[in-house]
Amino acid sequence: MSRLEIKKSDAVQKSVERMYEVLERRMIAGAIDSCPADFHLGFLKMCHAQTCGKCASCRIGLRQLQNLLTDVLENRATVATLDLIRKTAKDIYDSADCAIGYEAARMIYNGVSECYDDYVRYIENGGYIDATKISVPCVDACPANVDIPGYVALVGEGRYEDAVRLIRKDNPFPTTCAYVCEHPCERKCRRRIIDSPINIRGIKRAAVDYAKDVPVEKCAPDTGKKVAVIGGGPSGLSAAYYLSLMGHRVTVFEAKPKLGGMLRYGIPSYRFPREKLQEDIDAILSLGVEVKRGTKVGQDITIQALILQYDAVYIAIGAHVDKKMGIEGEDAKNVVSAVDLLNKIGHDEFPDFTGENVVILGGGNVAMDCARSAVRLGAGKTSIVYRRRQEDMPALAAEIESAIAEGVEIRSLMVPLRIEKDEAGAVKGLWVKPQMIGPCDRKGRPSPKDSKKPEQFIPCDRVIVAIGQNIDYKHFENSGIEITRGVIDALDDGMIRDKEGVFAGGDCVTGPATVIRAIEGGKVAAANIDAFLGFKHMISCDVEIPADYVHNRLPCGRVNMVEREACERKCDFAGVELGMSEEEACQESSRCLRCDYYGYGSLKGGRTAQW
Amino acid sequence: MVNATINGIAVAVPEGTTIMEAAEQIGIQIPRLCYLKGINEIGACRVCVVEVEGSDQLVTSCNHYVEEGMVVHTNSSRARRSRKTTLQLILSQHNQDCPVCSRNGTCTLQDIAGRMSILSVPFPKECEEYNWDDSFPIIRDASKCIKCMRCVNICEKVQGLGVWEVINTGYRTTIHVKDNLPIGEANCAACGQCVTHCPVGALTVRRDGNAVFDALDDPEITTVVQIAPAVRGAFAESLGLDRDAVTMGQLVAALKQIGFDYVFDTNFAADLTIMEEGSELLERLSHKDRYQWPMFTSCCPGWVRFLRSEYPDMVPQLSTAKSPQQMFGAVAKTYFAEKIGVSPDKLCVISIMPCSAKKYECSVSCMSADGAAPDVDIVMITREIMRFVQMAHLSLPDLPDLPFDSPLGSGTGAAVIFGASGGVMEAALRSAYFLLVGKNIEPEAFKEVRGLTERRELEVEVAGNTVRCAVVSSLGEARKLIEDVRAGRSQYEFVEVMACPGGCSGGGGQPIKDGEERAMVRADKLYRLDAANPLRYSHENPDVQTLYKEYLGAPMSHKAHELLHTDQAQWD
Repeated sequence: MSRLEIKKSDAVQKSVERMYEVLERRMIAGAIDSCPADFHLGFLKMCHAQTCGKCASCRIGLRQLQNLLTDVLENRATVATLDLIRKTAKDIYDSADCAIGYEAARMIYNGVSECYDDYVRYIENGGYIDATKISVPCVDACPANVDIPGYVALVGEGRYEDAVRLIRKDNPFPTTCAYVCEHPCERKCRRRIIDSPINIRGIKRAAVDYAKDVPVEKCAPDTGKKVAVIGGGPSGLSAAYYLSLMGHRVTVFEAKPKLGGMLRYGIPSYRFPREKLQEDIDAILSLGVEVKRGTKVGQDITIQALILQYDAVYIAIGAHVDKKMGIEGEDAKNVVSAVDLLNKIGHDEFPDFTGENVVILGGGNVAMDCARSAVRLGAGKTSIVYRRRQEDMPALAAEIESAIAEGVEIRSLMVPLRIEKDEAGAVKGLWVKPQMIGPCDRKGRPSPKDSKKPEQFIPCDRVIVAIGQNIDYKHFENSGIEITRGVIDALDDGMIRDKEGVFAGGDCVTGPATVIRAIEGGKVAAANIDAFLGFKHMISCDVEIPADYVHNRLPCGRVNMVEREACERKCDFAGVELGMSEEEACQESSRCLRCDYYGYGSLKGGRTAQW
Repeated sequence: MVNATINGIAVAVPEGTTIMEAAEQIGIQIPRLCYLKGINEIGACRVCVVEVEGSDQLVTSCNHYVEEGMVVHTNSSRARRSRKTTLQLILSQHNQDCPVCSRNGTCTLQDIAGRMSILSVPFPKECEEYNWDDSFPIIRDASKCIKCMRCVNICEKVQGLGVWEVINTGYRTTIHVKDNLPIGEANCAACGQCVTHCPVGALTVRRDGNAVFDALDDPEITTVVQIAPAVRGAFAESLGLDRDAVTMGQLVAALKQIGFDYVFDTNFAADLTIMEEGSELLERLSHKDRYQWPMFTSCCPGWVRFLRSEYPDMVPQLSTAKSPQQMFGAVAKTYFAEKIGVSPDKLCVISIMPCSAKKYECSVSCMSADGAAPDVDIVMITREIMRFVQMAHLSLPDLPDLPFDSPLGSGTGAAVIFGASGGVMEAALRSAYFLLVGKNIEPEAFKEVRGLTERRELEVEVAGNTVRCAVVSSLGEARKLIEDVRAGRSQYEFVEVMACPGGCSGGGGQPIKDGEERAMVRADKLYRLDAANPLRYSHENPDVQTLYKEYLGAPMSHKAHELLHTDQAQWD
């Protein structure tokens, strides 16, 4: 026997390892509406299977916790059992020897504490009657409840126009979302259990790419009711679209010269070509929506006047005010905000950064937009300065990747200290303090802390501040609309307390968020404004959804979209992402597991035919 | 058309035909447990799986369509093995007390397990336990539930009530009453459609046979039994006999042999109902502005329960006439008791009904002529009485054909069609016409109201009055009609509603034949009995005429009100 040998995993270890990988994917796609007690028990069993058995508290304790959870599930428990579970879990946490034991106990302690009321209801009712049983995970994850399996199946059959019509039932911005949706739907895609989520946004892109002219649906008979929409961004226009379909007369008040809100003045055209945005806007306006461009509410007309003149008002003013860093030298020439830069580009004004050293502060998608725009405006060197690590950035990984491919430098773990000016008051450079990553905050996000390294100077000609946006709410606050933590305080149905007929939604209520959340706000408001006006118009779509056909569910790679070559695309503002071929879209569609047709979907009908 | 091969046989079917249906067209049966056409096509039981060439997995035949060129094997060894294992798994969680189960002999699981030659179950047995309020007419035995979800969908989609709900996750997933209410407090109509569509014995109707035996055994008690119209369209099915192979008279003979003292016909009371309800309609029509419209029929207790729970404000629109069952009970405990000189408390009135909700109706406290004892003491459903016949080892076809007893034993053709959806309407219109015009209209003049669940509308011109009538069956259709009425989309004067699809013929107490909706077949028998009856108008029933002459005076008289009418708002 040799003294030392090269380590190798045997077949059993490999098998277990493979299973862990599958389990990891499966957990991400896991149902969030399972009975918490059942889920906690499953979790605990899994943890206990990893226990070596050396230590008493873990070996016996995790088992007894399982027994107690089983008592709950089998209706043998009382509320006292819950207290015993929590006490035992806490004591195991305190005494267990390694992470296998104490982390399992901690999770159970937290889980039972956080879901305590559900546990009590389980005991009182003799079962978990609160399970909503999400039948179609992608639809549930989509804020606007778009019928994803429906349009995916339609694209699979080459019925692109029908796919667009079906999307419009829940989302009047099919093209916009085909380009820039953050696709929360994909995270929960059940296909992940087999291999990887289906490329839902890519399939939508195929639908809008290949659909010929798709006329909008017919409006209901005129109700004679007038609705004012403040703000012509995705939320305001979504409300305008559905309210028009419901037969109401809608007027949109837009402060800027063109419609689109952040879609135009926040997202640069290389990500979302302007003519594509116009397609969605034109479709919405074709319903007869009246638009007053260049009319700022609070300046050109007051909200009080609108409340008097209209039967209902929807406030969707977005979040267009830049946030300041509050550091020395921020007043220097050539320090601009992301909002200003992207706003200019939205107006088709392209400042010249030729040869400049540009620094962007921030780590979100807007920072990426600014960085990639700076590259296109001719910057010699573009750097993103961010206080945490690259993996902690809130921007989508794909956005960061694209920025890097276009030559953007990521300077992570740097806190900006002050901007140094030259004699003329222009930016000379940025002083930063290097950081090290430290313990996690309460949300589990690691915080940066001083690494005790010396300050550094980053020479630059221009600083772009992209650390978030605020809401311009002064006029509304003065009109008696409640503002809480910087956003308009609207209820979940879009209504504003004590302001009959006034609704609000989108970024101005949620804070800066995604397009699809803004659309959700507009849709919710439209339904509730319709009800407020005394109607119950239903929005539906008569497209017939294909039945599923027999096919194999063998693992198959996900079709990803590719971008134009970095060295070419970084020189212009033309669209960078290339859509799928019909062949690719068809294969990608066939990967859909049709959760509307199988599983719980078949019991509950799989879709909401109208809302 | 789509071409495929099933078990080597070429088949061409229209697009959108399921594999199961295509196989049936060429005589190939694929076993199934959860499938209910149009109602529960959810592939939950996994018993109907078949092998499709080229497919990695087996495919459920109930919800997959035939595709061009598909090659299907319904009995390949892979399909057979998987089906067998699935059945063994289902059996491992099914309380297999077959000999003492009310569905012994009509259980789909038992039937398939037998056909699949399952002689053992290799898995440990674990049956769900759950406490149930055994006093309610609908009984759920969780230990037999196979979670096919049929009850959930029949109640939701057909009856529009959604009493049953899926709760819990994982292996504890089961069916509960919505919001975990005790069944008696839920909005259950007690129609029993979930029972007749349950493939096993998990859902049953409460059995009251022992109380009947107690009455039969008590020498002090005179037993009076009434048989509802719809029973005669269906009872032969329980014995596996053709519906024309046995007569009502032979059932009468059987009941006599079992020991009932008087065997009467609910048809008598149905004719009486027409006299009261028809007169009430005419009274309401002559004071139109005093009432909310339409007037609804009131003979179906499932429907009354539905209206009370879902639209309580519309309860006054129900005809105040009691149902035939309750009219019979009231007349038996008064008029008849006096006639035979028996004290009403020594009289036990038993009904044989196609209906589970009738068990509730007879227990309503105001259904009592003397204010103490119920008018109808015990309700037995069709399935129960046929067990009685079997218990007595009687061979019905060999029994003599006996007439009903007198004086509550006569019925017209108008009464017998009460058992079919549209029958009450048709019978009422026949007599209303006579009451207004003074002569009879051709008996089948209103036959367009016959049908299954779909709404049937009819405008009748009688002596210058236009009566807009509508008929529906199933509570889902009833809800649609009510919503139309409330929204002003529909206007009617007279509406008949029966809770069960097809009316009492499809009632929750009728014989169960899984996979077959027999309401129309049974109704057809009732319409034939109507046509064969020399008397086809309720007002011509001689015993009813005598009853008015000797006891009640006239329809809607004070005495009639006292005995034959009720205020459904007061029901408990």
